[in-house]
Order: sequence, then structure tokens, then C-alpha cells
Amino acid sequence: MSLSRRIAGLAAALMLLAQLAACAPIQPWVKPYERERLADPIMAFDPDPVSSAYMEHVFEVRSAARGGNGAAGGGCGCN
Amino acid sequence: MRALAPATLLACGALYCTVSRTDVLPDDRADALATHYSGGGQDINGISFLVRKKVGDHVSLSYNHLEDIVSGASIDVRTSGASPYREKRTQDGLTGEFLYGKTTYSLGVTHSYEPDYRSNTANFGISQSMFGDLTTVSMTYRRTWNDVYKMECLLRDDALHYPCVEKIHDPAFGKKDMDERSYGVGLTQILTRNSIISANYEVITDQGWLSNPYREILYAEPGVGLGYGLAPEIDPNTRTSNALGLDYKYYLPWKAAVDLQYRYFEDTWQIRSHTAQIGYTQPWHNWTFDGSVRFYTQTRASFYSDLFSSPTQQNFMSRNRELSAFNEYTIGAGASYQFHVPYATWINKSTANFRIDHFIFDYKDFRDALLIDPGAGVEAGAEPLYKVQINVMQMFLSVWY
Repeated sequence: MSLSRRIAGLAAALMLLAQLAACAPIQPWVKPYERERLADPIMAFDPDPVSSAYMEHVFEVRSAARGGNGAAGGGCGCN
Repeated sequence: MRALAPATLLACGALYCTVSRTDVLPDDRADALATHYSGGGQDINGISFLVRKKVGDHVSLSYNHLEDIVSGASIDVRTSGASPYREKRTQDGLTGEFLYGKTTYSLGVTHSYEPDYRSNTANFGISQSMFGDLTTVSMTYRRTWNDVYKMECLLRDDALHYPCVEKIHDPAFGKKDMDERSYGVGLTQILTRNSIISANYEVITDQGWLSNPYREILYAEPGVGLGYGLAPEIDPNTRTSNALGLDYKYYLPWKAAVDLQYRYFEDTWQIRSHTAQIGYTQPWHNWTFDGSVRFYTQTRASFYSDLFSSPTQQNFMSRNRELSAFNEYTIGAGASYQFHVPYATWINKSTANFRIDHFIFDYKDFRDALLIDPGAGVEAGAEPLYKVQINVMQMFLSVWY
């Protein structure tokens, strides 16, 4: 079987898989009522935004590295 | 400007608006923070306020104001022969978050003012929760416009601790522009009922005046004075960086949390860095205690040198120690006390917080030029490496309503 045929076959299989997945939506493996611990304030990524912003500022002005530290983060949808 | 680049603070301030949760708007809260930074010849005292309030079920607005007063003289100021100085910076930011179904949009603007640095930032973010709220994906964009000036002293009184009585913008330097763009994507994933992970990738690109108008290079001048001369640093006009950060939190069986963080960073100035941090949070009655240990290491920029052979050795030259190779260690501890405010029934929760962090900077190729003494046999380039320790204290009150 040529390489192009293999790629075409693989693409068709992936498309079929995607269509099947659409028919059976992914079920959350951690149910909403099982997220009590994740909703605890001690599990928040950024519990004190004023304090963490200040510390991040100190780190950034004293070093070359920047970014990648949660500007695009999110929560857990625990509430 | 000499001490703290406000553009980076704007980046931090932008966090207020770009951190979007899933289909839940952030809590209504107010924070008042006081900070004290000391070390390396500088003291920085600051205050910051944040107020966040929902408007209806779909909108949350927040306002942040901060002020910093920098005083003293860092090793760079003293090496260049300049005097201790005192400078104030203010910043204001306004952010709106809009919840629509499983999507949260955020929009924010920030303005920062220093005598020699003006900065304006606009940012936009969108986050979407999916798979039964197990997963949140987000995208952010931030644009910053900076105006850079250089101050010169118009009126001096050497009897004063801060001798410069009146400063003006150096007309020879004029105004320089520096623009920054940031593009970020993020993923937050619930792994189990006890653990959650967040991954963020961010590209930041700068264009314009990226040099520090006050930082100078050292070049060898054997037999002349102390054996070295000073010249302005010259940085490239562009810089692009990539950073990938991971944050993993685990809930321990005895109601405590462990936090593991790692970040890899690289940029077009050939700097590579790794950051690793472990934190632990333990509630106890009305108290919550936390501690953290952080390790940071970076390589130097390709155009960095502690001592150049001449003021024209190469087209780009810097002795900015933030661009040198070094290791940094931070150990921090904090305590938070939850208390009840009598008669204020509208307050749901209130905390008083204290935190202290101790930083140790161990430079690998940045030397303490103040120790150069040819008469004692310490020639330029042979002086001891620079080390500095810094303490940062924070006290803040938070109320949720």
C-alpha cells in the first residue's frame, strides 16, 4: 500500500472516530458532586490575586523570564 | 524605571482580567495590600487595592489601583556614580468579565505612570468550559504601548540624602517608543476528585526601545583610573519569548494542598530559564498557613558581558544583570486568619494575611564592580561575583461580600 493511501486511510479512520465521538459525548469522569475538595479555597490556583500579581511583578523585574504563568489559566467549574 | 519596569507590572495587572474561570464569575471581593521590599540598596514601599463586584448575573467588574515608592541606590546606580533617588509610580486598571453560557469574555485596560515611563495596556481574553466542566480552554491577547524617557537632574543639593531636588526629561534622549504584544493559550483540566492541572503557553514579542536608559556597560581601560570605562548599553530593538508553565495541585487526605509548578522559558536573546516551585497549604481552625520553595535558573543573553574589551566591541552590548546567568532561590511563608466582622452582615468572609519571602540571587557572571581596587590587586574582571538577598513582606486584608 502506498504512503498516500495509508495517509488517506488514516484520515478516514480519524474522521469516522470523530463522528462516532460526536454521537457519544464524553462523560465527565469526575461528577459535579465529586468536586467538593477541588472547590475548597486551598485548591484555588490564585487565591489572592493582589498578592500574587505583586510577587509575579517582583520575579519578572529581577529576571529575564516572563509569561506562561497563568495569564490564560482557568478554574475548575467546581461551584 | 531604574528599579522596576512597569511594563512587566502591567503584564501582572492584566492577570486580573485575563484569568477567566469556567461558567462562574469571580467572587465579589475587596483587597487592600501593603508591601515592603528591601535589599540590594533599595527600599520599595507599596500599596494596592482591588475591588471586584458583579453586576447582574452575567457581568463582573473590577478596579485596581497601586502605588510604589522606590528609594535608594542599587548596585547599578552606585557603579555608574549616580546618587540615591526616590521615585513614585502609580497604576490603575479596569476590567470587565462577561459570562455567556459556558463562555467567559474579559476585557481590560491599564494605565501606569512614572516620571520616566508611561504605559497603556489593553487586553482581551476568552475561556470556554467543556466536557461537563472538566476542561477549560482559554485564549488571551494583550497589547502594551510604552513611552520611555530619561530623567536628568536640573537642581541639586548635595547636603540632602536624595540630592536631586528637581528632575526633567533629558531633551537629548527625547521619547522612545516600545510596544509589546502577548498571545496566550491555556488549558485547565480536572484530573481526579483530588487533583487539577493547568498548562499555559505564552508568546510575548517586543519592538522598539528595549534598552534601559540608565544601565551602562563596563569596558576595560587598563591603567586608566580604576581600569574600566562606562558606556550606555545597547540592546536589540526586537525580542520574542516563549514560555510554557505547568501548575498541578493535589488535595491531601488531611485537608491540605500541595502545589507543584514548573516553567520553561526561552527568547530570541538566547536566554533559557527553568523555574520550579513547590508549595504547601494547611488550614488549622481559623488559620491557613502556607509555605513555598522556589528555584530559578537562567542563562545569559548572547550580547551580555560583565566586562567588554572596548566600547565598540560589538553592535549590541549589555551589562544588565537581569540578562546575566544566575540562580535564584526563594523561600516564603504566609499566614491567613479568618475573622468575623460584627454588625457588617453584608460581609460573608474576611481575612487578615501576612506573607514574607526571602530571595537569594547568586550571579554567575555579574561581578561587584564596587570592589574593584587596582591598588589592592583587584583588577576589573577579577572582582568577586555579586550576590544579593532581598526580603519582601506583604500584609493585606480581604473581604468577600
